[in-house]
Amino acid sequence: MANEVLTGAAAIIRSLEMLGIEDVFGLPGGAILPTYDPLMDSKKIRHILVRHEQGAGHAAEGYASASGRLGVCIATSGPGATNLVTAIADAYMDSVPLLAITGQVGSKLIGTDAFQEADIVGITMPITKHSFLVTKAEDIPETIAAAVMIATTGRPGPVLVDITKDAQQGKAEFVWPPKVELAGYKPVTKPHGKQIQAAAQMIAESKKPVLYVGGGVIRAGAHKELLKLAELINAPVVTTLMARGAFPDSHKQNLGMPGMHGTVPAVTALQKADLLITLGARFDDRVTGDVKSFAPGAKVIHVDIDPAEIGKIRFADVPIVGDAKEVITELNAELPAALKESKPDLKEWWSFVDGLVQRYPLGYTSAGDGKLSPQHVIERIGELSGPEAIYAAGVGQHQMWSAQFIKYERPNSWLNSGGAGTMGYSVPAAMGAKVGQPDRLVWAIDGDGCFQMTNQELATCAINNIPIKVAIINNSSLGMVRQWQTLFYNERYSNTDLHTGTDALMIPDFVKLAEAYGCLAIRVEKEEEIDAAIKLAIATNDRPVVIDFIVSRDSMVWPMVAAGLSNDEVQYARDAAPIWDGVE
Amino acid sequence: MSRHVLSLLVEDKPGILTRVAALFARRGFNIESLAVGTTEVEGLSRITVVVGVEGAPLEQVTKQLNKLINVIKVVELEAEQAVQRDHMLIKVRTDASTRSAVLEAVTLFRARVIDVVSDALIIEVTGDTAKCAAFIKVLEPFGIKELVQSGVLAMGRGSKSITEKVLK
Repeated sequence: MANEVLTGAAAIIRSLEMLGIEDVFGLPGGAILPTYDPLMDSKKIRHILVRHEQGAGHAAEGYASASGRLGVCIATSGPGATNLVTAIADAYMDSVPLLAITGQVGSKLIGTDAFQEADIVGITMPITKHSFLVTKAEDIPETIAAAVMIATTGRPGPVLVDITKDAQQGKAEFVWPPKVELAGYKPVTKPHGKQIQAAAQMIAESKKPVLYVGGGVIRAGAHKELLKLAELINAPVVTTLMARGAFPDSHKQNLGMPGMHGTVPAVTALQKADLLITLGARFDDRVTGDVKSFAPGAKVIHVDIDPAEIGKIRFADVPIVGDAKEVITELNAELPAALKESKPDLKEWWSFVDGLVQRYPLGYTSAGDGKLSPQHVIERIGELSGPEAIYAAGVGQHQMWSAQFIKYERPNSWLNSGGAGTMGYSVPAAMGAKVGQPDRLVWAIDGDGCFQMTNQELATCAINNIPIKVAIINNSSLGMVRQWQTLFYNERYSNTDLHTGTDALMIPDFVKLAEAYGCLAIRVEKEEEIDAAIKLAIATNDRPVVIDFIVSRDSMVWPMVAAGLSNDEVQYARDAAPIWDGVE
Repeated sequence: MSRHVLSLLVEDKPGILTRVAALFARRGFNIESLAVGTTEVEGLSRITVVVGVEGAPLEQVTKQLNKLINVIKVVELEAEQAVQRDHMLIKVRTDASTRSAVLEAVTLFRARVIDVVSDALIIEVTGDTAKCAAFIKVLEPFGIKELVQSGVLAMGRGSKSITEKVLK
């Protein structure tokens, strides 16, 4: 039978259908118009019309991070495409599998400064895993298949496919499956056997090991294997900001998050370790602090699917390139024999670590100004919503408190912008997560600053029946910046007051704003109202819910390692350094 | 600062040079010279880059280059195991009194004269970087009016080819 002849536009939609794509987020415009026509007829693809392309990008990210599937967003040329840039950069930093499809002006117009022309392939080169410009209809199926393969395999990441208007309008035979040839793309997933043996040997010989777990474990779906490995070694586990949920918080070996706002036990265990078993983590500066003094006595086993991460920041004594799931599986098979020969005695190490856990638990004090404690609000959201819920945070203090005070028991339940630190991530990411995981409860935990960057997607949520819950941790200011001004700039609060509090100008009034968007809106100012509001939000599923929690602006995120300092300088609270003893 | 010659086998796709050059800029590596051209295999191009690196990040350069989808292979060509050539065109001021001295230098350096007018010569020279530098030094007193040079070209010695394993 002869192949069907399709327009390029129809080939885009058909290719996405053939690849199993069910949900896409986007907003049409001139150069992508041809594609929106056959999209209307697709029975398999649900298109969600966003209010801003950045929202489409973050929604696709949230969708991917919550479900483990590819996120897809579509925009038109020029400003439509450039509005995706922040989300693409965000996905690049956090290794999120993302496909961005953009319309481009006709191929004859490229380079003429045509209306709504922007070189989006050029603009996004540094922030994509790869990008394509398609100028012919016949190249569309192959290109989309290649893009999806690149985005979802190896180290996941964003891939952009820019398609000219004439390619969408042209016709070509639709050949499926297309021949995808990528001579230069061969991600290594299977680890080298000798390296596994060397790692097992090193683990068996260590006296103070720590499992330093990063987001790669979640992307690889390796949480079960990790649990087994951790219990086999009986080493303390730290889960980075990107890895919260990769290992259950309720597990006694879990010390919580390391880094700038990590727990004292997690930060200290890394500092004092003699071996870091590094799994899908990349020695980010927010984790290491001053690199030269980071974990000075530790040897390093570094497992990563991206060879370029190994040795980039810290020398690896045992480098292992491979998929975290495959590597950990092989380690689990190799370890029992190695441990039989020399089972490390970790008693002394645990007695030191346990001492830290007892002396330096995460905590907070009540706000002195009669307003709500933001930590308490977030803690209650977590306790009342449970570990199956999804929590998407913005960036700043509320993000750190959400990472600290919500107990994560499973992967793909904590979503945030870790590497890029994108304010405005939360609401659209929560929207995307709810589309990808409709049966789970989804919270956007947002700040009053972040919320004002992308809250227009509440309209998308209300109209498309995507009942997310938004908790605005409203301290009437850019809280994290304000915290730094308090600590490092003599309390000179330059441009951090947002006037959104109830004792300020209250512009905007978040309750009125949310109501205008068709949401159930609740304001909470008293501690005794917190639980009732959260419960009402959880019970309301016919529309989105926004709760405006009026919290103290003087609450600060602790512990803290100030930027550029050694992790040895971790402060448990203001002017309170922990005392370390027992192990040197 | 150490100097390394990298040979990249790449797919001949639009934007590949931008991707490679931008990667160097973005990751803070310094390109000393660059030469791009087709190979004996259709669809494959070869980029020869001379990169100056501080300390030990050469491995980072090659790993990052390998991550580019259109880059098929990255090889460091060490001086002993490879031939390296620069190619230069030099326009030198000459008159009746200096021409023979210039021509003598041309002969000594096994260079060639490819254009002659009454008050200037265009000389073509190939060789390794040191030879070309020495030749320029010799010509300088006569007055170099214009100089243009290609990036370094390099190829591994022996019978093996960079494209061999790639093509199976």
